[in-house]
Amino acid sequence: MSEQPPNEPITAEQVKHVAKLARLALSPDQVEHHARKLANVLGYAEKIGQLNVEGVEPMAHAMDLSNVMREDKVNEGLSVDKVLANAPDKEPPFFKVVKVLGEGAGA
Amino acid sequence: MTSASPALDIDLPNGTTARLMVGLEVHVELATKTKNFTSTPNVANRGYFDAEPNTLCDPVVLGLPGVLPVINREAVEMSIRVGLALGCEIARHTKWDRKSYYYPDLPKNYQISQYDEPICGEGTLEVPITDDPTGPTKRVRIMRAHLEEDAGKLLHEAPGGYAIDYSIIDLNRAGTPLLEIVTHPDMGSPEEVVAFCKTLRDICRHLGVTEGILQRGQMRFEPNINVVIHRDGQTYKTPIVEVKNLNSFKAVYGSVKHEFTRQVEEWLQTGRVMGQRAKSTRGWDDAKGVTTHQRHKEDADEYRYFPDPDLVPLNVSEAWLSEMQADMPELPAVKRRRYLGEFGLDAKACDTLLDEPGLTRFYEAVLAQGADARKAAAFLLNTGSKRANDQGVPLHELGITPTQVKGILDLLASDKVGSSAAEQLFGLCCDNPEVSPEALANKHNLLQVSDTGALEAFVDRVLADPKNARAIDDLKQGKDKAIGALIGQIMKLSKGQANAKIVTELVKKKTAAG
Amino acid sequence: MSGDFHTLSLKATRDAIADGSLRAVNVTRAYLDRIEILNPTLNAYHEVFADRALHTAQRVDAGEIKGPLAGVPLAIKDNLCTDFGHTTCSSKMLADFRSPYTATAVRRLEEAGAVILGKTNMDEFAMGSSTETCVFGVVRNPWDTRCVPGGSSGGSAAAVAAGLCAAALGSDTGGSIRQPASFCGIVGLKPTYGRISRWGLIAFASSLDQIGPLTRTTEDAALLMQVMSGQDELDSTCAPDDVPDYSAQIDQPINPLRIGLPRQYLSDKNHPTVAAMMDRATAMFKEMGATLVEIDLPHTEFGIPTYYIVAPAEASSNLARYDGVRYGYRCENPTDLVDLYSRSRSEGFGDEVKRRIMLGTHVLCSGYYDAYYTRALRVRRLIKQDFDNAFASCDVVMCPTTTGPAFPMGQNSDDPLAMYLNDIYTVTCNLAGLPGISLPGGFVEADGRKLPVGLQLLGPVFEEARLLRVARMHEKASGLSNLIADI
Repeated sequence: MSEQPPNEPITAEQVKHVAKLARLALSPDQVEHHARKLANVLGYAEKIGQLNVEGVEPMAHAMDLSNVMREDKVNEGLSVDKVLANAPDKEPPFFKVVKVLGEGAGA
Repeated sequence: MTSASPALDIDLPNGTTARLMVGLEVHVELATKTKNFTSTPNVANRGYFDAEPNTLCDPVVLGLPGVLPVINREAVEMSIRVGLALGCEIARHTKWDRKSYYYPDLPKNYQISQYDEPICGEGTLEVPITDDPTGPTKRVRIMRAHLEEDAGKLLHEAPGGYAIDYSIIDLNRAGTPLLEIVTHPDMGSPEEVVAFCKTLRDICRHLGVTEGILQRGQMRFEPNINVVIHRDGQTYKTPIVEVKNLNSFKAVYGSVKHEFTRQVEEWLQTGRVMGQRAKSTRGWDDAKGVTTHQRHKEDADEYRYFPDPDLVPLNVSEAWLSEMQADMPELPAVKRRRYLGEFGLDAKACDTLLDEPGLTRFYEAVLAQGADARKAAAFLLNTGSKRANDQGVPLHELGITPTQVKGILDLLASDKVGSSAAEQLFGLCCDNPEVSPEALANKHNLLQVSDTGALEAFVDRVLADPKNARAIDDLKQGKDKAIGALIGQIMKLSKGQANAKIVTELVKKKTAAG
Repeated sequence: MSGDFHTLSLKATRDAIADGSLRAVNVTRAYLDRIEILNPTLNAYHEVFADRALHTAQRVDAGEIKGPLAGVPLAIKDNLCTDFGHTTCSSKMLADFRSPYTATAVRRLEEAGAVILGKTNMDEFAMGSSTETCVFGVVRNPWDTRCVPGGSSGGSAAAVAAGLCAAALGSDTGGSIRQPASFCGIVGLKPTYGRISRWGLIAFASSLDQIGPLTRTTEDAALLMQVMSGQDELDSTCAPDDVPDYSAQIDQPINPLRIGLPRQYLSDKNHPTVAAMMDRATAMFKEMGATLVEIDLPHTEFGIPTYYIVAPAEASSNLARYDGVRYGYRCENPTDLVDLYSRSRSEGFGDEVKRRIMLGTHVLCSGYYDAYYTRALRVRRLIKQDFDNAFASCDVVMCPTTTGPAFPMGQNSDDPLAMYLNDIYTVTCNLAGLPGISLPGGFVEADGRKLPVGLQLLGPVFEEARLLRVARMHEKASGLSNLIADI
């Protein structure tokens, strides 16, 4: 449950994988550039591997709040004009993108 | 030659058996008034079914910079209600996670979902597999049910079906509360799968958590299918296929059946068995009746789930849970047993009354007034259904109140109105839900005259009419049919208000005596 | 006093407008004039709302707008959404973006009568410590324009220090209010996580981000805190706790007062002048009767590595929405969907933002998740426990805000790690969710420059009032108050 960070620098292949997941287009030069800098930062981050964290609960939130809920009451949303106001491309009342083939990952 | 299931369309070699294993992922759109994480109207709520594109959007739905989600209490409670109905363990502590993938219908490019702490844990559903409510059931284990948000819609043709060389996005559905129910692979035939889907739909609709309109995608089914093959003492498992996004029982049935055969055939040809790789996904071609290959999603193995820092965890207290437990409505299977057994309704009446939860509630409200179950059912399903059909409005939304229905049933029982007057009265009640049936009957002269003295005068007048001498003779000679014409004249004379039963008796008595 | 309105504190300005001795319109016009003269040099503001501000000021003068901040001219960091003007996060990605709604904190300020002068430049998406990653050009430190103002709220800090507004809003994810406050010789308060609604604050790292004031006096910070704090139904993480009367308490010194000095913060990495500042402050508090307690925050050194896992992880997800579909920058002639996404994001984001997105994506990937992300969350708890233990023996923790004064522009811009190490004294406060305040600690002369350095106080959660009272004690004793850079 307390895996150690890997002790080897991030590779160009991993940078490419990550860039693809994050939808960032990188030139081969940029891949190298980022690999170097990321390796530097990750190398420093590996410091946390030194600690014994056995039995310590992960802390995802800064505060111990719970059960914050909203009643099911309607507020009308934005007008279609406002919805589309910042759209780089639109076909009112729709947003418009390049032709997409295939299905989405789905809900 | 053996074949494990009638659903298999091919013959297996000697000594080989094939067993179908199907689990389901079911997405249920909850019919809350507002979305899961913001107060904009929910397209899965009846009031907003046909909203114009992109009119149910606010900054949260659009995933604008700086927005934050706040969970809808009603969506949480609906999820728990479904969990309770499925006998699930309800999590005492639950939270929300972000599931990351890029798609134009997903505004934030992550979906708020629940990863390792779903709101509902293990449960079971007993699925009736015959029409007999006391007959055998198939036990399907529920693995989990979790609450998440739906995506919007990416469309590839313009409204009206016109071809376009780009794609367009409607985000009305984005953020609709979505309950994903996952079962164990306990179903062994397409029939069982469909029976499960129908039973689950009935439950969800009777709980009032969804309208469950399949054509609108309010319940979407994704069977996970594979086949266990035995040959020569060896066991082979075919790779799991998930068929995406089915929104009709026909498609569920067809895809499961088709996959069964397809997977066995593929195995016979290639010998390929389940590997390490995640399941593959296929689509359903309704026109051709076959499942089709779908492109593998690049991001599908790397969703990068992590706890959503914008939402705080949810603790379900014992008190909250018992409150919800106490509020649980009776489930349709229990109702069915009660209607058929205790009430003695026939299967058709029972099905009709249970098919539409609004009607079920209406019917039970009539019974709550003290009405006789069978008479109320018969009256609603004849008189009520007729008007509902004529008007194209569901029976329980015609306007008449359960109290008025009980009032009409009482007038019928005490012979104060006849059946045709009752039908008229039903219509009048629909237009005047504030007025009692008795008052309406009075006002519109629908009460029948049952006073023997008054009726005798009408009868005597008709019998004394010379032109009726022939009919009276016939009657005396035992030609019972002749009575019809006489009673018709008496009813006419009474302006339809005479109690036909009493009149008949009087005529019989008087002609016999004469 | 026509030209000198900018030398008044926020409180003094407010009081003068309230008692009729100043007209809000004149104050606003004076600030607008000063912005016109100085902003070309400092580049603190990205956008100025001259007409809107004057209109608001007129309404204040006409008595149509009242409130505790009536007529006070403020600047807003450009990662806070406003339904007027642009909201850009200093990024090409949002260069043309107009928000249809206003952040709760800004709305509350306006409802209290504040006059919004404009939106200030920042490090792109608040990722930086120097305001050099701003796509609209670097911001300069008004004390020495060769130096950075700090970041990411560099534009807000520079505007406050140069008298281009009475006070400003910033946001702090790992020090982005306190560090520029330190570099610019002003007061910067990062409230307890959940004290101020984040609705409308463009998220960098949601579990760390907080909005806070940058002011020239502690009293001014108290006034802004009063108006902005408190529950908001639009933010699930905003605390329901009551908001104390900060202004009423601020002049009550705390006695007895125990000040904790963490031995881990007095490292040899500190600039010698920073150590001298700490000595001066320590002596001052002793004189006021405070007890100095040495405390132990053993996990301090893990703050930066933990922060640079948690913050990028959240950022990688928060910034996924900038995809060129519904708003924001879209690349020319995308060939398909992946091309549209990838080129829009690569062209729309700067290098530092891309680096952090990749870093965050990497640590959330299966295979690395437990080793990096989950482990970092465990270390985060250890860091919080350090503080819980420390506050058992002291009322506030005192330490430097930064290891040294503002550095020259360009010094760290090619070495991300060196830049990240700037945050060493500020990130633990965000990880633990605590309130922290940076206040002027004095000036240091180094390499021929005279630059301010900041003193930091950290308190237990929701103890902003305590921090402000202690900060006020130091402010009074040191006389380091309402400093305005002579530019």
